Amino acid sequence: MGNSVLTPYEKVQLVRDSKRPVITDYIDALFTDFVEMKGDRLRKEDASILGGIAYFHRKPVTIIGHRKGRSLEDNMKYNFGMPGPEGYRKAMRLMKQAEKFRRPIITFIDTPGAFPGIEAETNGQSIAIAENLAKMSQISVPIISIITGEGSSGGALAIGVADRVWMLENAVYSILSPEGFAAIMWKDSTKVREACETMKMTAEELYAYGLIDGIIPEGKKGIQNAGVRGFSAINKMLVSEINKLTKLRSSALVEQRYQKYRNIDGKYCPS
Amino acid sequence: MSNLFLLKRKKFDSLQKLRNRIEEMPEDVKCPKCGACHRPDIMRENLYVCQECGHHLYLYALNRIKSLVDEGTFREKNISMKTKNPIDFPEYDKKIIMNTKKTGLSDSLVTGEGKIDGEKVMLAVLDGRFLMGSMGTVVGEKLTLAIEYATHKKIPLIIFSASGGARMQEGMFSLMQMAKTSAAIARFADTGGLYISYLTNPTTGGVSASFAGLGDITIAEPEALIGFAGPRVIEQTIGQKLPEGFQSAEFLEEHGFVDMVVHRKDMRNTLSLLLKMHRRELHYGK
Repeated sequence: MGNSVLTPYEKVQLVRDSKRPVITDYIDALFTDFVEMKGDRLRKEDASILGGIAYFHRKPVTIIGHRKGRSLEDNMKYNFGMPGPEGYRKAMRLMKQAEKFRRPIITFIDTPGAFPGIEAETNGQSIAIAENLAKMSQISVPIISIITGEGSSGGALAIGVADRVWMLENAVYSILSPEGFAAIMWKDSTKVREACETMKMTAEELYAYGLIDGIIPEGKKGIQNAGVRGFSAINKMLVSEINKLTKLRSSALVEQRYQKYRNIDGKYCPS
Repeated sequence: MSNLFLLKRKKFDSLQKLRNRIEEMPEDVKCPKCGACHRPDIMRENLYVCQECGHHLYLYALNRIKSLVDEGTFREKNISMKTKNPIDFPEYDKKIIMNTKKTGLSDSLVTGEGKIDGEKVMLAVLDGRFLMGSMGTVVGEKLTLAIEYATHKKIPLIIFSASGGARMQEGMFSLMQMAKTSAAIARFADTGGLYISYLTNPTTGGVSASFAGLGDITIAEPEALIGFAGPRVIEQTIGQKLPEGFQSAEFLEEHGFVDMVVHRKDMRNTLSLLLKMHRRELHYGK
């Protein structure tokens, strides 16, 4: 897997690098005619989640993902990719839309977590996430999730209950951000390095546990330095998965997705 | 097969012995809010509500079940299911043993079928003493089995939450239990089952953001802390103190996220009434 020399901590640094592609880069590289859709129809537009429709090889798909910016200014606008309940509700609205118009859903996951703030709590952060988990398990069109950077906590999972979950080679996916984990477990948020090791958050580890379906190679220096080749691996994966998943009847698809999560019981222990 | 059965029986018996021993050595209980000291028998009688200030102390899973169900009707399920330490977390096995000795439980969730005022019901009760009632693979699996049982038997489901959230020591396996339990609740809902989500102090993180947030009816205990992010995390993030009563049961009621805040002395009557109102034979039409 090319890059296994990187430690988990180094991977976290790498995926937080400002040169790392953000969702709009993936959209530009992989899709055409992206049309953004805004708002949750209840309260407001949450820019930390980007959603819309586009063509993927001349067929429409729905795209949803966490949005990060490159500049501080953009990042402030997108709240560093940390959604509030409005973002999750917008995501669900777009998934329901995709279901109605029978197009697959592709989600891009890259977030330090759901935003821990007064407004988010007051407007039902937990319920918004809970509802997404429940409803995503029953959406009758294919859902493919790609963890492109850091996927942390329920804030990542809330758009990540999918038929197929893929990770970029250097991406990380964890129960909590390493900083949060260190603070909770050891009351010391500087023990980030240890947290990264202990949590088992790399693509390789999660694949070995059977918690993700595949790993997308990035090349030696990470996808940010791989040029077009980095994106072509994602393209290939999407073509193949969409092909397979759209062949299933929707009842079989939903049943398969239910069983996928149903069977995660931690009894499988790699040696 | 019979060996496996014997082994299970042995595990069950040793947990039962442990529970009896814990039961036999009650201590005086001090209210963490007003500091008043209460005799254990008085506390038990009052369901661990402080008689001085009305504060609702932790009501542990087995005590809660005992106070709720009709005598002799509770059948506990999967009593000795234990975690396999899926991510090889250091010291975790030891921690589990310590918590089992303290509580008489193999993990933080007790599930089982029983009757409340004659009404059949599936109960799942988290115990806040056991690793803060956190959800790992055992909680996720036992809960999903309980939900599926209720789905299959067409009986109502009541889940009492008392949890800090997903269990850190099981990493991503814990996070995935959020998806698993939520999916099971969604299926239960499709078959017309009644799910009452009962939020007790505290209900936060991955528990509030999964099954606990999905009730047909949501009840909270007075002053319970309920939210996604913990207050300390929020204060650190936004750099300011949180207002008094933020994320309390009453706050959530005011903001439209719980149906009612119920004093513990009214818990059984409230549940009994709701269960009776949802009897399937009272539904109109098909």
